[in-house]
Parts: sequence; structure tokens; C-alpha cells
Amino acid sequence: MAQFNINVNGVDHSVDVDDDTPILWVLRDTLNLVGTKYGCGIAQCGACTIHIDGAAARSCSLPIGAASGKKITTIEGLSEDGTHPLQQAWIEHDVPQCGYCQAGQIMTAAALLAENANPSESEIEDTMHGNLCRCGTYNRIKAAVKTAASRT
Amino acid sequence: MSKNKNTIDRRSFLKVSTAAGGGMVLGFSIFMSGCKNDEVVKQLIPEIIMPDNWVTMSGFIKVGDNGVVTIMSPNPEIGQNVKTSMPMIIAEELDVDWDNVVVEQAPLDTEKYERQVAGGSQSIRHGWDALRQAGATTKAMLITAAATQWGVDASTCTASKGVISNANGETLGYGEVASAAALLEVPDPKDVKLKEAKEYKIIGESKRNVDLKGIITGQPLFGIDTREEGMQFASVLRPPAFGQKLISFNDDGAKAVNGVSQVFQFGDKIAIIANSTWAAMKGKKEIIAKWEAPELAESTAYHDKTMMALLDSKVEPVRNNGDVSKAFAEADEVIERTYESPFLPHNCLEPMNFFAHVTEEKVYLKGPVQTPQWQQGRVAEILKRDPKDIEVHMTRMGGGFGRRLYGDFGDEAAEISSIAKVPIQLQFSREDDMTAGTYRVALKYKIRAAVKEGKISGYHITEAASNSNMYGLIPNFFPAYAIDNYRVDNAKFESNITTGAWRAPYTNFLAFAEQSFFDEVAEILNVDPVKMRLGLYENAKKNKDDNMQWDPDRMAGVLMLAVNKSNYGKAKDGVYQGLSVYYSHNTHVAEVADVEVINGTPTVTKVTCAVDCGIVINPIAATNQIEGGIIDGIGHAMYGDFSFVNGKPSADNFNKYRMIRSGEAPKIDVHFVENGLSPTGLGEPSLPPAGGAVANALYKATGKRIYKQPFVKEVEVLG
Ligand code: FES
Ligand code: FES
Repeated sequence: MAQFNINVNGVDHSVDVDDDTPILWVLRDTLNLVGTKYGCGIAQCGACTIHIDGAAARSCSLPIGAASGKKITTIEGLSEDGTHPLQQAWIEHDVPQCGYCQAGQIMTAAALLAENANPSESEIEDTMHGNLCRCGTYNRIKAAVKTAASRT
Repeated sequence: MSKNKNTIDRRSFLKVSTAAGGGMVLGFSIFMSGCKNDEVVKQLIPEIIMPDNWVTMSGFIKVGDNGVVTIMSPNPEIGQNVKTSMPMIIAEELDVDWDNVVVEQAPLDTEKYERQVAGGSQSIRHGWDALRQAGATTKAMLITAAATQWGVDASTCTASKGVISNANGETLGYGEVASAAALLEVPDPKDVKLKEAKEYKIIGESKRNVDLKGIITGQPLFGIDTREEGMQFASVLRPPAFGQKLISFNDDGAKAVNGVSQVFQFGDKIAIIANSTWAAMKGKKEIIAKWEAPELAESTAYHDKTMMALLDSKVEPVRNNGDVSKAFAEADEVIERTYESPFLPHNCLEPMNFFAHVTEEKVYLKGPVQTPQWQQGRVAEILKRDPKDIEVHMTRMGGGFGRRLYGDFGDEAAEISSIAKVPIQLQFSREDDMTAGTYRVALKYKIRAAVKEGKISGYHITEAASNSNMYGLIPNFFPAYAIDNYRVDNAKFESNITTGAWRAPYTNFLAFAEQSFFDEVAEILNVDPVKMRLGLYENAKKNKDDNMQWDPDRMAGVLMLAVNKSNYGKAKDGVYQGLSVYYSHNTHVAEVADVEVINGTPTVTKVTCAVDCGIVINPIAATNQIEGGIIDGIGHAMYGDFSFVNGKPSADNFNKYRMIRSGEAPKIDVHFVENGLSPTGLGEPSLPPAGGAVANALYKATGKRIYKQPFVKEVEVLG
């Protein structure tokens, strides 16, 4: 066990966990931030996507040490009250079915838009390729990303 | 509606919290704090100010003193949107403003609710009358209470958007009369008038998913998000191959993992209890177990051989019309094709999990399950408890697709908590989820058509299945009735690979086989596939009986709608089209797939879909279901590849099992038939026809007929 100082959604935390613990499980089980989801544990589905210093990262496959001294953003901290342009576009397009993948989808898309305010269709598809949606909401995700991009 | 954010004091907040069972409040409080949603969002999901007091009108409806109404959603939500659409039906007849409605998930309660099951696309179809009745009855009671207060005849009063008016122009809100109304006798259902379809104000309007805000802000809605006082986390080590038994194990390594508190055997499995999911999963990897191999360790080669032999064996028919032997004996030509499909995992994105707290007083179960009542009964049996001691609470589910019908994970959780004597959350890893079974049954179909004078004179389909055959009314689906001499034979073998329902059971593959077959037959007979189908539907009318569920006119209706909207038969150069029409789960669906060759690869670029599901309750969500079913159908037909070697599954995670991804999903154009008929379900029906439509289009693009899933293994260029 070791002590790690991390900053999540603007709040500093000191956590005492084994150094091989993935960020995902620190968020979910230690800090009780369960919005970040577990889907595969091997960086294949994107359900666990968070931002580390603004870049999209698969939290299931990064040990907690990778977050030390960095700023983590989770879906809970993406906006104060669900007003990120992507979250609003998600509402307009009524994107989710079961909803389980959606936090990861939004976090991946948010990092894309932060870097490229006006992505092309294929840039959106390429970026979103790493996020599985078992319910098949891909078309709405793409449409919502486009809507949000048109507003930013 | 008041915009005063301070109307929620701590007292009423807590009250709401109890009333709403927790989930609602979280989403609510977040959006109450300094909300600065833009106008679009505000319109789509308005803020709701909670009342101080609720009056319970029925198992479905609570009315708040400020007129806010809580509607209980009885059925499990797996992403099919019933948590929104079922309450919409109640709200319609209750005549409330949808913007003033709060929806709560009802727990299992066999006295209050019927059929709390998510499966078979039946929630809406079964609930339709009961839900409308529930809304209308409460409305009638509220009106009676208002009329009594005014001293006028109830028949002179009307209600709209939660407000009752009388002939003198006086008004009373539902919240003002709810207490009095709740004391009234419940009227006889036959005295309660239901609306005509043309009067609908909520049904037929696009309403956003009631959990939408919670979903996009990461609120704890799912089973995996359950966090309870004193809770520990459990993982389970199961036999690595089907049929294996546990001989012995060494848990020294597991017990040395930080956070692991208990390790014990139950059945042929080992439970690991820890203070975090990670520790429980890590502990599991440290266990050294010895397994005993079964006498017959099943491999895919064995399954294939066994099923092929079954296709040629003599079996009793489950449906036999006319004289099939004669039709084949007298045929000018017999066309025979065999179609094959593998076992398939469900792969819900939320791996199986369940919370259980077993104490002397009661058994508290909470989690994602499609069949809560069944769960309750089984856990009662396993723990030898009175079912009355067992409380089952349903969470939102990260997908179901049939997997969460079985509740084996809930049984395990209960057993583990009862042995460990702590509240636990059982969490499957993805590897557990993909390898622990309850797969789609592996199926093979042999279809034969007798041809006489250029027409189909006989049809004989044989099914070879693992563990269980097509059931219920499936043998009566099209082309039953459409062909006079018609026979269905079922054969199966017992496999120790566990199998169960998988989104659109049987028809998810049967439709592909049959619709590919008809496409090929039409080509061989040199007839137009549209005309051939229309002729068959017409012929079915004369064979109609009481067991016939599909409707020839509705089938023809969706076929022609899809043909017209897709320009089928008149597509521009370079677009190859495939057609498929199917009836399943009470809904008629036609699909046309467009394939174009992009950079040398035949690619599905568009699917046009026509649906007849009667009244569409919630168009935006209905379209979502149709899109999802098509993408799911294409994904599994194209890529779903799963096999066994000595009982061991070929894949245990998404790096070894390909699923359809963004960029591989075609554009989808959905059209609904408007006919005002009673609504039918939408969770499954768009999936079955998708595979056939794509295969028929791929044939035109590549010249290769596909008889086996996954397509990528059959057609090299698909890669
Ligand atoms: S859980 Fe991290 S990518 Fe799947
Ligand atoms: S909405 Fe269910 S997995 Fe994406």
C-alpha cells in the first residue's frame, strides 16, 4: 500500500492503495465516483474514459501512479450541472439506450472537441472507434458530436 | 412552474428521498443547484419542484400537494425505454402535464403489478390496457372528488394537464383534491372511459428518456453503482471450461492480497471477498485450482458434426400442413440450402453483477435483473427462506439482450452473502461475463423448397439446435400459411454449454436463413423478390386460422413502404440492395440494405427500415430501438465469432471478440406505418431481418451467397 495524491474534478484527495490499482477502481471504490464505468479492463471498450490533464485516457489500464500530480476529470466533473455542449446535444438527440457506455462516449468526444473544435465525420468516427456501444447508438452519438461541435 | 430553487428544504428533500428510493433525488439535486441549462435543454427536460406531501392513489400513481405526479414504472429497464414509455401511457389517460411527472422504478411487488419482466418485447403490448386503465381510473377519482367539493355532477367536469374544471369555470388542481380522491371507492373498470387515439396528447410525442440527465452526468443508476453501508466486493472463480469440476485449490496467494478478507468454495466455484473490486479480482488471479475434466469436453467440431447429423435424422414435425411428401415427390426441382450460426455471448456492456445482503430478518437483493420474480423464487429455494423475506430491487441495466433473464448472478450473490455474512456486491469481470455462459443457442437450418411450374409448391425446414428448439408460436411465423404444403421439424442435442434467450430468440438467426433462402429461390425461379413475397402473403389469406399471428396485409404494407422509401430495384449504379421482411415479437418489419464498394471493400452504407408496431408511443425512442436493433443485427451477423475447444470458449474479452463499432454502422432511415392499432414491442423486431438484408445485398455486390455467420469469415474481402 502507498499514499497517492491526486486531483479529481478540482478536489485534492490522498488515497492509500496498492500501486498497481487502476485509476478506475480508485475512482469507483475509493472515491465513490461511479460515473466512470467498467466494461473490459483492457482498454478495449472505452467505458472507463476520463481526462488526464485534458486528454482522454482509459482509466482501467492506467495504474494510480499515472495520475499523481495530474488533473483528472470524470463525467461527474465535466460540467457543473450537465451543461457541457456535448451533454446538451446528448439530450437533444436522446442518445442513450441502456446508457452504460455513454459517460465514456461523452468523455472521449469532449477531449476531441477540446482539441479540434470542428472535426470531420471521419475524425469523429476514428476517435469514437475505441468506444463500444452494445446497444448500437453510434449514429446518434455521431450526430450529437456534430451538433455540439457546431455550437462551440 | 415555479423557478424558485429554495422550495426544497431539507425536510422535503428527505421526504422525497424516501419516496423516490434514492435514485431520483441525486439527479434532481444536481440540476437544482444553480442550473444554467440553455433553453433547448430546459424545454426538453424541465425542472420539477418536489411537493411536501404525496398522496398514494394506486400502485402506479402518487399525487403531490403541488400537483406534481409520480408514476411508478413497473417493468425492468434494460435500455428498451419502458421506464419512459410505460409511464407515458399512464400520464396520457391521467391527463397530466408530462413536464410535471416524476418517474420511479417500482420494486418487485407481485400484488401490485403484473408481469414485471423485461423480455420478448412484451412490456408495452401486455401493459397497454392495464396502464391506460390505471391512468383513467385515477383521473375519474380525482374528478369525482372535485365535483363533490363543488357540489356538481362529475359528468359536467373535465380534466386537462392536471387541472379539473367545471361548467362554472372554476378549477381545482389534482394536488388539491388528491387526499379526498384517495378515500373514494375505486370505480368499476367498465365505467371508466378510455381515450380515442385521436385524443392523445402525450402518446405519439417524442419524450426524452427519464434517466437521461442522470446518465449523461454519471449518476449512480446501474447495478454496478450500488454502494451500501458495510458493503464488500466479491469475485468468483468458475471452472475455466464447461463441464469441469473443482478438485482442490490453494488460496495462500489470494489471502496475501491487500484487502482480501475471505476465500471460500461454494459448489464448483470459489468466492473471493475483498474491500474493493480490484482486490477481489486480483485475489482471484492468485488462486491455484485443480479442475477435473468431464468425460466429454465439447468442441465446436463436435457441435457441428452433431448438428449436421441431426439435420439428416428423422424427426417428428412441430408443424405440418398439406402434403409435403407429395409436393416434394412431384416437384420439377428441389432447392436445398443449409445455414449455420455459432453460440454467441450477450456481452452486455455492464458485466453481470448483483448486490445481496442476507440477514436473519431478510434477504435484500438489488441489481440488474430482467426477471425479479423468478429471482425471488430461486433465492428463496437456495437459501431455504420464505419468498416473503426476499426483497428484490431493480436498478437500471447496462443492457440485457436476454442475459439478465437468468439471474444466476443474483443467486450467486445471495449465496455468497449468506456464507460470508456480510453485504456484498458480486462483480463479474469481462472475462467472467464472456466465458461463464448462457449463450445464444447454436443453430443450423436445412431449408428445402419444392418447385412446380415455376412456383414454390412445398417448404420443409429442419432446425438442429443446442439444448432447446424454437418454441411457442415461432413455427407459425411466415412462411407458415403462405405455402400450402409446409413442414417444420425440430431436432436438438444436449450440450453442457449453457444456453438461453438472446435478443429475438431463434428468429435472430432464423430470419437470416429464411430471408436469404427466399432471395435465392426468387433468383433461381427468375421472379421479382418483391412480387414473389406479395404472392405468398396473398396466398396466406386463404389458409388463415386462429393461431396465425402475422398479418399478410401488414406484411405487405411494410414491404411496400420499405421498397418505396429505399428505391429498391431502382438504385443508382454502384449501390447493391438486399431485401428482408420479417414478423417477430408481434411487429412487422421490412429492411432494405444498401451496399457500396468503398476502397475495394463491400460496405453497408444504409439501411431503410419500415416498421408496423401499431401506435408509436414515443417516436424518438422508438426510432432509437429500431436503429440499435439493426446495428446489433448487422454487427453480430458480420463479426460474431465464438467457438469452443474442449469446453473452453475461444474469446474472453473484446480484444478477441469483435463487435461492431462507430464507423461500421450504416445510416439508418426509419419509417413507421400509421394505423392506430394497439402498440406492439420494439426491443427486438428490427434485429432479425437485418442479417438477411445485408447478406442479400452483399451477394449482389460480390456474387457470393452467404450461408454461415459470421460473414467476415465467409467473404474474404469483408475483412
Ligand atoms: S473498461 Fe477501460 S476500456 Fe473498457
Ligand atoms: S447505450 Fe447501451 S451500451 Fe451504449
